[in-house]
Amino acid sequence: MNHTDSNRWRTVDIVVASVIAVAFGVIFWAWGLLWGATDAAFAFFPPAQTLIYGVWLVPAVLGGLVIRKPGASLYCELLAAIISALLGSQWGGIVIVQGLMQGLGAELAFAAFRYRAYRLPVALLAGALTGLTAAIFDFVYWNKAYDLVDYRLPYALLTIVSATVIAGAGSWFLTRALANTGALDRFPAGRDRALV
Amino acid sequence: MISVEPVAAAGAPLARRNPVAKLAAALVFTLILVATLDPVAPAIAIAAELAVLPLFGVRYRVLARRAWPLLAGAAGILVTLVLFAADRSGRVLFEAGPVLVTEGVLVTALGLVLRMLAVALPGILVFATTDPTDLADALIQNAKAPARFAIGALAAFRLVPLLEEEWRMISMARRARGVDAGRNPLAKLRLFGSTAFALLVGAIRRGTRLAVAMDARGFDAGTARTVARRQHFTRTDALLVAAAAAIAGAALTVSVVLGTFRPLIG
Amino acid sequence: MGAVQLRGFGWRHAGRKGWAVRGVDLRVEVGERVLLLGPSGAGKSTLLAALAGLLPEDSGEQEGTVEIDGLDPRKARERVGIVFQDPETQLVMARCGDDVAFGLENRGVPAEEIWPRVDEALRRVGFPYDRDRPTAALSGGEQQRLALAGTLALRPGLLLLDEPTANLDPGGADLVRRAVADALDADTTLILVEHRVAEALPLVDRVVVLEPGGGVRADGPPEAVFAAHGDALAAAGVWVPGRTVPPRHATTPPGEVLLTADRLGLPPRLAPTDLRVRAGEALAVLGPNGAGKSTLALLLGGLLRPGTGTVVATPALAGRDARTPPHRWRAPALAGRIGSVFQDPEHQFVTSTVRDELALGPRRTGQPEAAVTATVDELLERLRLDRLAGANPYTLSGGEARRLSVATALATAPRLLICDEPTFGQDRRTWRELVDLLADLRDAGHGVVAVTHDADFVAALADRTVTLERP
Ligand SMILES: Nc1ncnc2c1ncn2[C@@H]1O[C@H](COP(=O)(O)OP(=O)(O)OP(=O)(O)O)[C@@H](O)[C@H]1O
Ligand SMILES: Nc1ncnc2c1ncn2[C@@H]1O[C@H](COP(=O)(O)OP(=O)(O)OP(=O)(O)O)[C@@H](O)[C@H]1O
Ligand SMILES: [Mg+2]
Ligand SMILES: [Mg+2]
Repeated sequence: MNHTDSNRWRTVDIVVASVIAVAFGVIFWAWGLLWGATDAAFAFFPPAQTLIYGVWLVPAVLGGLVIRKPGASLYCELLAAIISALLGSQWGGIVIVQGLMQGLGAELAFAAFRYRAYRLPVALLAGALTGLTAAIFDFVYWNKAYDLVDYRLPYALLTIVSATVIAGAGSWFLTRALANTGALDRFPAGRDRALV
Repeated sequence: MISVEPVAAAGAPLARRNPVAKLAAALVFTLILVATLDPVAPAIAIAAELAVLPLFGVRYRVLARRAWPLLAGAAGILVTLVLFAADRSGRVLFEAGPVLVTEGVLVTALGLVLRMLAVALPGILVFATTDPTDLADALIQNAKAPARFAIGALAAFRLVPLLEEEWRMISMARRARGVDAGRNPLAKLRLFGSTAFALLVGAIRRGTRLAVAMDARGFDAGTARTVARRQHFTRTDALLVAAAAAIAGAALTVSVVLGTFRPLIG
Repeated sequence: MGAVQLRGFGWRHAGRKGWAVRGVDLRVEVGERVLLLGPSGAGKSTLLAALAGLLPEDSGEQEGTVEIDGLDPRKARERVGIVFQDPETQLVMARCGDDVAFGLENRGVPAEEIWPRVDEALRRVGFPYDRDRPTAALSGGEQQRLALAGTLALRPGLLLLDEPTANLDPGGADLVRRAVADALDADTTLILVEHRVAEALPLVDRVVVLEPGGGVRADGPPEAVFAAHGDALAAAGVWVPGRTVPPRHATTPPGEVLLTADRLGLPPRLAPTDLRVRAGEALAVLGPNGAGKSTLALLLGGLLRPGTGTVVATPALAGRDARTPPHRWRAPALAGRIGSVFQDPEHQFVTSTVRDELALGPRRTGQPEAAVTATVDELLERLRLDRLAGANPYTLSGGEARRLSVATALATAPRLLICDEPTFGQDRRTWRELVDLLADLRDAGHGVVAVTHDADFVAALADRTVTLERP
């Protein structure tokens, strides 16, 4: 078990969480263009588009895994959404609400373990939950007018799968790779490396 | 090329308003409009948005450049609805296999597309006319956002243009050391991935050092902070938020009166 | 305010076996001006970070005590101001004025006092722009001055400067030094780290030399220290004033042309320039900050596409590839012929240990494993990096990182080597080793192009110089 001495955020926690969010804000901005470009292509089976959905959710899980403080998931996902809006997201302000909603899922997963467990299964759970909250938002907000069985349910399920794999497992492996470079030496996630 | 500068003409009357007021106005406007799926309310809202555009100092061409990916999204909605609409009532306009287009489908599609535009535009307007430093200042002073987080985020945001430069440097460094992908698309993808990873690592390293530099200048010393640049939330700012709510409310009312209102929930 | 007391102080960075600094006993009184010397890697930057209270408890192990005015430095941060060697990482805000104001806001200075103090600090360092100038639009020298202003505005009792003039052109370095001299009040304590002793002496009245193994080697007024220990210090790597280094100029006339630049430019970064690089010749490129020297180096190195004019490699350098310009060559071919050393060493690192970093180039250009190991070991030893073979390149000291980045290019022994500021942050001993390595390469018939502000380096190695003007 790894737990930090205190739940207070240090400056380095704030800045590095912000840097992760900013990096993904830029990725979101670029991803938004890609998403828009592939929209029509995926239209013949739109639920398939959710396979690349997980990328929107990475900062939520990654932030939680790296920073290991209450609020990290929520903060990273929300800030990434705000940054993408500042850079000119085509979805405008709604991405902020959406970011909050998406961050919530991962936050709940880490909170359920009282911010003490950061192993792969927890990361997968965080991915799945962030996928779930994201899917709920889309279910109500974006997809209301579509057919329940043919579209809305498969879409929601695929979102959760995508989130579990890309955001959950992906973030876990990314954290490990980052720790191996020594960039996370100031974080508990980076010190796990010295022990193995 | 990413631009982090606001794109509005400086001094436009609404662009100059308090960033928190602008943000609140956009959110209020958006959240009211979200409540309906019909085409009438968003159409009125879009008309109102386009009408106030000059007051924000944003030219139509600039807006179009930011919003064009929405058109692709609109196409996506159309195709998806034709295939998966829940409501297929109304006169049948076209039928071929699974594709069944009715009046109901078209009205729904129109509603969704207009709503997407109506909801997106206010945010695009606000963010296109707001300087990040002012936004952080106003969030701290007028919205009681925690100063450490707002300033940390602002400091990290300063890295955006630097990241672009860094990407170029990393690519050059690899080339200088004899690493390239040649024509193999798979190798290209791998090189892209490893460059992106190196960029993230570099950004985190930079963030760690930046945090040290901020601490060195007393960032987290526990002293009560003062602010050099005051942001005021005036009566006019409150009026802007109220006006946004009023316009969105009026659009909804018209739709209810006309009987086209279709609630999102229920 | 600003008295410093160290008792048996030591610090070991997490993940390192050796102590970065150890056994330091030192007292500095209020108002003293101290020049802190020591070979590269002796722990000078680490010591300054400790005094500024910036060594987090969780990032290493401490021995002994440090006190600022009797307080733990982590609690005395408001008395201390520090300027790091790399100015870019210490700018926080997007606009210059806001950046200087940042520290004042943190310290709770009343709002109406902030802007006058900001303006005063900017004036003291001779900052040429107004407060709204974006920090991203500053050259390295201007960034350094802004960082200094941000620290001076806080009126620290103890001012710590870590190589504040590295990478500045001579004019800019003079300005920064003058700004520091003007800014010091009678009760401001100064601790300055600077390898080039002669330039720093007018600022200080005491010299402290760190011993790499631990402890303080010499301490006292400059004249006394250099009179008593001059020879020993020079041998240990200190730039003792008045001691010249034997030059290493080419003994044979230059050989064939390797690379020709014809009206080569990249607006607005570099004005059109003509240049010829020959085998067996060391060419120094000089010019003020912002003249486009680094841009020229990247263009010659085949890493940037020219905006105007051409770079043409001769068959002597490129064989049959001579018909295509270097920026279109495949990377392995390029790395085998032209080696590049970037201005910022960290931009260049690709792997995660010092040893891998050195081995990467030779492996890529297809050398057998035994030869790779031999080359790597020799370079590690000559540049005093052998202790650090397993370390992560990003944890090296400033001078060590510079040596590693030069060594990575030397490892492939390219026919043409282009280095950007190869000698900054070096002590006298590693400096001489670098000069010797470059001179050996040149004498073996390779071409060397070095961008530099270092007059000693030009005097010692260059066979010919080119001076660029600001475009
Ligand atoms: N973050 C770090 N992690 C691990 N080791 C470090 C770190 N920073 C410095 N070191 C090591 O500690 C030793 C002292 O480094 P320091 O930067 O204090 O040297 P220095 O005297 O300032 O040298 P230079 O003149 O080259 O700048 C070096 O061997 C360096 O490799
Ligand atoms: N990537 C870039 N994009 C735009 N302008 C740049 C870029 N890099 C450098 N510049 C600008 O081009 C000019 C020349 O830069 P360059 O780095 O080549 O100068 P230099 O002579 O190496 O200076 P120094 O001695 O400070 O290293 C400077 O004004 C700089 O601000
Ligand atoms: Mg140093
Ligand atoms: Mg340069």
